[in-house]
Amino acid sequence: MTKLTVNGQSHTLELDPRTTLLDALRDHLDLTGSKKGCDHGQCGACTVLVNGTRVNSCLCLAAMHDGDEITTIEGLGSPESLNALQAAFVEKDGYQCGYCTPGQIMSATALFEELKAGQPSYVSEDLDRAEMTDAEIAERMSGNLCRCSAYPLIREAIAMAAEVKS
Amino acid sequence: MRPFEYERAGSLADASGMMGDAASIIAGGTNLMDLMKIQVMTPSRVIDISRLPDMDRIETHGDGLRIGALVTNTALATDPRIRAGWPVLSRAILAGASAQIRNKATTGGNLLQRTRCPYFYDTAMNCNKRVPGTGCSAKGGSGRMLALFGTSEDCLAAHPSDMAVGLAALGAEVEIRAPSGDLRTLPVTQLYALPGNRPDIETHLNEGEIITAVILPAPRAGTQQTYRKVRDRASYAFALVSVAAVVAMDGDTIAEASLAFGGVAPRPWTDASVNAVLAGAKAENATFERAAAQLVPDAAPHEETDFKRPLLRRTLIATLREATGLAGRVDTARTASAGGMQ
Repeated sequence: MTKLTVNGQSHTLELDPRTTLLDALRDHLDLTGSKKGCDHGQCGACTVLVNGTRVNSCLCLAAMHDGDEITTIEGLGSPESLNALQAAFVEKDGYQCGYCTPGQIMSATALFEELKAGQPSYVSEDLDRAEMTDAEIAERMSGNLCRCSAYPLIREAIAMAAEVKS
Repeated sequence: MRPFEYERAGSLADASGMMGDAASIIAGGTNLMDLMKIQVMTPSRVIDISRLPDMDRIETHGDGLRIGALVTNTALATDPRIRAGWPVLSRAILAGASAQIRNKATTGGNLLQRTRCPYFYDTAMNCNKRVPGTGCSAKGGSGRMLALFGTSEDCLAAHPSDMAVGLAALGAEVEIRAPSGDLRTLPVTQLYALPGNRPDIETHLNEGEIITAVILPAPRAGTQQTYRKVRDRASYAFALVSVAAVVAMDGDTIAEASLAFGGVAPRPWTDASVNAVLAGAKAENATFERAAAQLVPDAAPHEETDFKRPLLRRTLIATLREATGLAGRVDTARTASAGGMQ
């Protein structure tokens, strides 16, 4: 049996060992916000937080996450009460078809925490100074593809939410 | 995925005991899961070592550091000690994959990741690495991601790691545990076996051996370090060519240089004769041209890989201009404990 705490709710599941965390969320818990794009870790549509850290849920075996805390897009805001990032994506029109959006928002949620923790990126001029610039957002979001290519507006939405938060 | 038995190891001894022909160790799983989904790897037993205690720590080890095999790529790249003392390692890791992958991928798993040669990934193609003796479809195929050095008649694949290239330039060692519990170490460059006529054998690990840590030598304070990666898109792509450089300067002369190259060989590639060209030479373009001439081969193993020869030459020169302070930006290693190159 695998125990997962998803968005604060505890679930105990009996799963085939092959079940990925993504399939456990979508097919066993009916949380279909996390999307299956490539199923190979290349597109980021399945991004969720595991114990607060962003990962590709399609590359995780659910059994390896026994006891872990998972946050999905369903755990952020609600249709009536969007959180700052969700509201910014709507405001800035940071999508076209919307399929990649849950992954983009989960990824950006973690991006804020990573910057707050001072984690540098490949484009950081100084390894000891992490800043919220357009180039930094682009680099840090490179694991999330958008085939509608809404990238400029996705970056604007993230920058807007960062300002709202600070 | 093919069906498999999932086992969580309680200790390293436990994990060694469960290994065998049809078993795979899983830690981060970012490469293995991908390969299992497309049935390039079909283990009947998957041994989870991700929760083994104490293997996710970075500890002082003599004048250097001991990095547990389960330390994630993110934890390693962002560790304040690594950023200060071994910045080329931070840069190399951050050049690879995506934030999501780096959060999951481990130090040991990064070293043991498989090639991204497209013919290894495509089970409709022939591949001596995937199925020994079937031939190499890369030979008559696309050569863009193939190697320049260390290839054989049977295999042209390149090792894809960025982290390993940084480690090679720093002279890091890999700590390996035998099933008996005995530990041995190998320089990271000697972990890998060149393909020869057995490209399916990729490392010098023996049956039941597990990588337990990577050992970094003492930091080289004052050295200038840089990692330059050239790829088909700006982020989240494997290297066509990469260069890691650790350079000690004495005025405008290069006192000592340690270089490693990625995307061009079945292992992080190093060439002592290139370092020797640089040692004691003035930091100027003519010196860098001589180093490039020493390194770059006269011909590529595949005609479509030929573009990597001028690309490697130019990337090496550009990297050396940065590392010696002639152009661009460079990270300078800091530490209170050691001075100069060791």
